[in-house]
Amino acid sequence: MSISTRLNALWEYANPRKFLATTERVLPVLWLLTAVTLVGGLVWGFFFTPDDYRQGSTVKIIYIHVPSAFLATSAWFMMLITSLVWLIRRHHVSALASRAAAPIGAVMTLIALVTGAIWGQPMWGTWWEWDPRLTSFLVLFLFYLGYMALWEAIEDPDTAADLTSVLCLVGSVFAVLSRYAVYFWNQGLHQGASVLRAGAVAGTDTTEKVSNVYAYPLLLSMAGFFLLFVALVFYRTGTEIRARRIKALLARERVNG
Amino acid sequence: MIALLKRDLVLALRAGGGFGLGLAFFLIVTVLVPFSVGPQSSLLGTIAPGVLWLGALLACLLSLDRLLALDWEDGTLDLLATAPLPLESVVTIKALAHWLTTGLPLVLAAPVLGVLLNLPGPGFLWMVISLALGTPALSVIGTFGAALTVGLKRGGLLLSLLVLPLYVPTLIYGAEVARRGAEGMTVATPLMMLAGISAAVIALLPFASAAVLRVNLR
Repeated sequence: MSISTRLNALWEYANPRKFLATTERVLPVLWLLTAVTLVGGLVWGFFFTPDDYRQGSTVKIIYIHVPSAFLATSAWFMMLITSLVWLIRRHHVSALASRAAAPIGAVMTLIALVTGAIWGQPMWGTWWEWDPRLTSFLVLFLFYLGYMALWEAIEDPDTAADLTSVLCLVGSVFAVLSRYAVYFWNQGLHQGASVLRAGAVAGTDTTEKVSNVYAYPLLLSMAGFFLLFVALVFYRTGTEIRARRIKALLARERVNG
Repeated sequence: MIALLKRDLVLALRAGGGFGLGLAFFLIVTVLVPFSVGPQSSLLGTIAPGVLWLGALLACLLSLDRLLALDWEDGTLDLLATAPLPLESVVTIKALAHWLTTGLPLVLAAPVLGVLLNLPGPGFLWMVISLALGTPALSVIGTFGAALTVGLKRGGLLLSLLVLPLYVPTLIYGAEVARRGAEGMTVATPLMMLAGISAAVIALLPFASAAVLRVNLR
């Protein structure tokens, strides 16, 4: 199969029935994989890695902090893509998927902020610092709140999908702008990217990198969080589709009855 | 276009509300600040640029829910949407009228309020320049927010929740220009960023606002 026909086959899942049938088959396997990787990564990270010589056992919060921060941004990115798909091709499943992903992303942002604060208290001596990374995550959290509030506020589902999609596009531009503005505004305390850097993983670049003892369980728990996100999005999108169907059935009953 | 601008300006001036209210709000916020942080003039001088920027931003926000809501209620927006004038221009004109009646008075009032807050000498010029460059962006972004929430019964609070995060970059660079100016540092970089944001927002955001408004008028 050529790439273009494969890509075309992807659009089959725009059909809600096909989407539901497939996700129902995939979900049990996905939950199992999620449980295995998540439990494996966290248990390995929490109990089978040595304490850091300076940070003690607080270093282990990294296994929750980094994956949740990674997903907080990826969830928004996913919403950006699904919003674009809705605006261009008007597939309802796509709009519902971005609706389903928003609360997950918001919770991930909150987890990243809270675990960061819990780690920061003993390490930096403060719960909160107006550091650029912390600040831009707080701003991202506000964007999630606004996006979800707009979904809730509008009655007509198609109007809501249109408006939130445009908000997501405009919001993405402003989120990126805010990120750079915040870096300009204050220099940071937070360390730079030190896990997923090509040179660091290969071992050629040794400046400020998470040691492999911590990196392998971390990568596993990141995979676990990612699978959890995918499973939750599938699950919640299915719920949204069913809720939409119930609404349609009730409306039909009212007309007929 | 000119007729629409004239109509909006006349309505804002004569119907009461928008024009004076934003200014009065700005004044009250500025007066309340010394009550809350204490009257030490050195402290007030340090925070003056930030306080003035925040006050101007909130004053802008306050008048946003009236920007399109009144025209929505009496059906003017439907007429405007069917008029030969593209909706993008309508939205731009609305934002311009909002800036002329809210943003411009704030820019002119800022130096006077700066005296109250003991703003350092070199800060006055940069305060005015940064507000003059930044408030158009606030008006245009606000118009986008107003277009998003125009059909909603209780859109006011939601409007703030949607618009305030979008104001973050403008506020950061604007207040930075004013702060650096007040401390006698060079302001070139934040000033250019602020001007860039304003220019980009004015050029691009009306398309999003018009698209959103079309959805709401459907």
